[in-house]
Amino acid sequence: MENSPDPASPLLEVRGISKSFGAVRALQEVDFTLRAGEIHALLGENGAGKSTLIKVVTGVFPRDAGVVRLGGEEVAPRSAKAALQAGIATVYQEVNLLPNLSVAQNLFLDRQPMRFGIVRDGEMRRRAKTLLADFGLDIDVSAPLGSYSVAVQHVTAIARAVDLSARVLILDEPTASLDRHEVEILFGIMRQLAGRGIGIVFVSHFLDQVYEISDRITVLRNGRLVGERETASLPRIELIRMMLGRELAETTSVRAATREPQPREICASFENYGKSGYVAPFNLELRHGEVVGLAGLLGSGRTETARLVFGAERADRGQAKVEGAPVRLHSPRDGVRHGFGYCPEERKTDGIVAELSVRENIVLALQAKRGLHRPLSRREQDEIARRYVKMLDIRPPDPDRPVGLLSGGNQQKVLLARWLATSPRLLVLDEPTRGIDVGAHAEIIRLIRELCDDGLSLLVISSELDEIVTYSDRVVVLRDRAHIEELAGEAIDVGNILAAIAADGAAIAHEGRA
Amino acid sequence: MKGLPPVLITAIVLVAGFALCAMQFPNIASTRVVGNLLTDNAFLGIVATGMTFVIISGGIDLSVGSVIGFTTVFVALAIERWGVPPLVAFVAILALSAAFGAAMGAVIHVFDLPPFIVTLAGMFLARGASFLLSTESVPITAPVYSTVSDFALRMPGGGRLTAIAIIMLVIVVGGALLLHLTRFGANVYALGGSRTTASLMGVAVGKMTVKIYMLSSLLAGIAGIVFSFYTSAGYSLSAVGVELDTIAAVVIGGTLLTGGQGSVIGTFLGVLIQGLIQTYINFDGTLSSWWTKIATGVLLFAFIALQQGLVALARRPVAKSAGAAT
Repeated sequence: MENSPDPASPLLEVRGISKSFGAVRALQEVDFTLRAGEIHALLGENGAGKSTLIKVVTGVFPRDAGVVRLGGEEVAPRSAKAALQAGIATVYQEVNLLPNLSVAQNLFLDRQPMRFGIVRDGEMRRRAKTLLADFGLDIDVSAPLGSYSVAVQHVTAIARAVDLSARVLILDEPTASLDRHEVEILFGIMRQLAGRGIGIVFVSHFLDQVYEISDRITVLRNGRLVGERETASLPRIELIRMMLGRELAETTSVRAATREPQPREICASFENYGKSGYVAPFNLELRHGEVVGLAGLLGSGRTETARLVFGAERADRGQAKVEGAPVRLHSPRDGVRHGFGYCPEERKTDGIVAELSVRENIVLALQAKRGLHRPLSRREQDEIARRYVKMLDIRPPDPDRPVGLLSGGNQQKVLLARWLATSPRLLVLDEPTRGIDVGAHAEIIRLIRELCDDGLSLLVISSELDEIVTYSDRVVVLRDRAHIEELAGEAIDVGNILAAIAADGAAIAHEGRA
Repeated sequence: MKGLPPVLITAIVLVAGFALCAMQFPNIASTRVVGNLLTDNAFLGIVATGMTFVIISGGIDLSVGSVIGFTTVFVALAIERWGVPPLVAFVAILALSAAFGAAMGAVIHVFDLPPFIVTLAGMFLARGASFLLSTESVPITAPVYSTVSDFALRMPGGGRLTAIAIIMLVIVVGGALLLHLTRFGANVYALGGSRTTASLMGVAVGKMTVKIYMLSSLLAGIAGIVFSFYTSAGYSLSAVGVELDTIAAVVIGGTLLTGGQGSVIGTFLGVLIQGLIQTYINFDGTLSSWWTKIATGVLLFAFIALQQGLVALARRPVAKSAGAAT
């Protein structure tokens, strides 16, 4: 299996890869090096560019610039199939196999052992059994793949990829739906494959697993390479800083503009609020004119908290109160009725309706709140749209332009306008600056501050710690789907947040996956 | 896999139905009736075998009834009016129908169109073309027709296993072997599982699509020839709506209408169930023959409900844990 003539030379070498989607630069000049026989973790928050990098390397997306070399030779696969033939196999979190076929058929589809045009079923089953035995699986290979657990399906996908003579194996969040025991089995397989000289790229947001299995770590942030380190010599807090923060000196200066804390009325409060298997019960008070930031790594429970607060997910314990009165938040409708708004993270899929105009997108929530029997007249719509286009400085200032043609920052403003039009008391923003260029970043942050000066209560999720530090009056730090610390006033700085996230590695070890 | 539980249920329904019918009319339990059942439904069994491949691959072929109609007219005219030797006429029509199916498959793949629409167009096209050839029934008097019609294997008990019944049985067995024992068959299931995934795993999806619809139309052509033996005539209005009987037989046979699961044997049993209902109505003598349709409809409904139940059961263990990541 040793393919590279010189073991010191890299197996997979990626140099200067860039990729843009419209105005968004998803990858900028990214380098990545994978040696034969190593397990290399690729880390970064959502939107850091991990998936884009994988898809560019495997030919799913064409690249704008850069070179990919496999075993010293330049490769440019045009499709996942071509990449597979070149020796780069990817196993995604959603297993790309056929659940209706037998395990054996999945392993040998389109390359079954044949005799006289007939598939040698017994031979195929025997080979499948031998192949899977290498991976520690002893299962009935003639049963449909769909009848087995996700873990078995993952191993089957890996076995197929390896048997197709893969030299590079990319595992995208392979452990996300596995339990602890299954993860151990998978890790055993990964170590065994690495021992055979296969280079493995391991994408995960479970840092303990990264420390357990990987030899080296490459961190991406905002489409740029932050650094490449040996796992053994990289302290956890340093890793988290690479993933989340910028330079400390740079951020503390921004915090200077903090406002005087003043006693404010409680807008909404959540007592012992939570949902089992989703977010551990938490206490949260949101005051008028206050920005509360939610900080934590990917998968720490930030979005889950936001969805519970808005009512998009139903809590199974605790009490929510709005202006002191107990309320039920069982659906987004309930949330809207109580004056909550929610701008989700996935703008393109969960937020804007790209084909509709700016005006139509802005009045959407307001119309929904009023109900179908009280339509907004065209004149009212025009007036609302004009007001918010001006107030939020949406460009171009044309309310009839389809939202899909606007830049990311302006799309985000349209989403904001949609909720502002409903005159909410609480607005939840999930990654409001994601995929937006730097100039628009500053503008969104300015808007967030202005909004809360007007008495609005804001709950903001962001992976950009320096941003959170800039606008938050309080910061709730999450880890493993639980609220672990609340910082206020002077205590809010990037260092304290990082310390809270990284604190007590042992506590993270059980990984909150029951 | 391969839809075994649904097939078993189909088999049980068939045996139970047969037993019930035999209790009321003991004469039904004779090789004579069984022989007739096979002969009367020979064309349906052939065309349903092709439809099984199409449906397992996640498609549908609405054109088969029209292809049967066109074939009968073409064969009758070729033999009776144009003076073509019957064998040459058969080869010509089979080549023509295979090409027709291949064209539909190519259109479905290349333009990424729903098979429903493409084969619906094919249905109108073939039916229209048969009217173009002749609007009246053309009797076939060629000697080969009487020879084939007279040929039959004697079964114990006086039943006759006719030539067209034998053709049907051979095609059903051949179809089952093709589906379950070859790479082609495995790819048919793969396509029905997911076209994208199958393509990622190296299956030549385009070629497969063309071949599957070619097979379906080819078998519809053979069914048309068999139908012309059965009626000794070619008529442009023959086999109207047969595509729907065919789909019903396939679904009653335990094939998942959404693709990915099913078997030829099940389809064969589905054809026999429909034939049994028809036979019962003939024996009763007072019931309208439309009761066949009503009974088929009820059965179809029951089987679709059953499949949904089974699918829901099958999906349970692999249910994703909701909201795993932020």
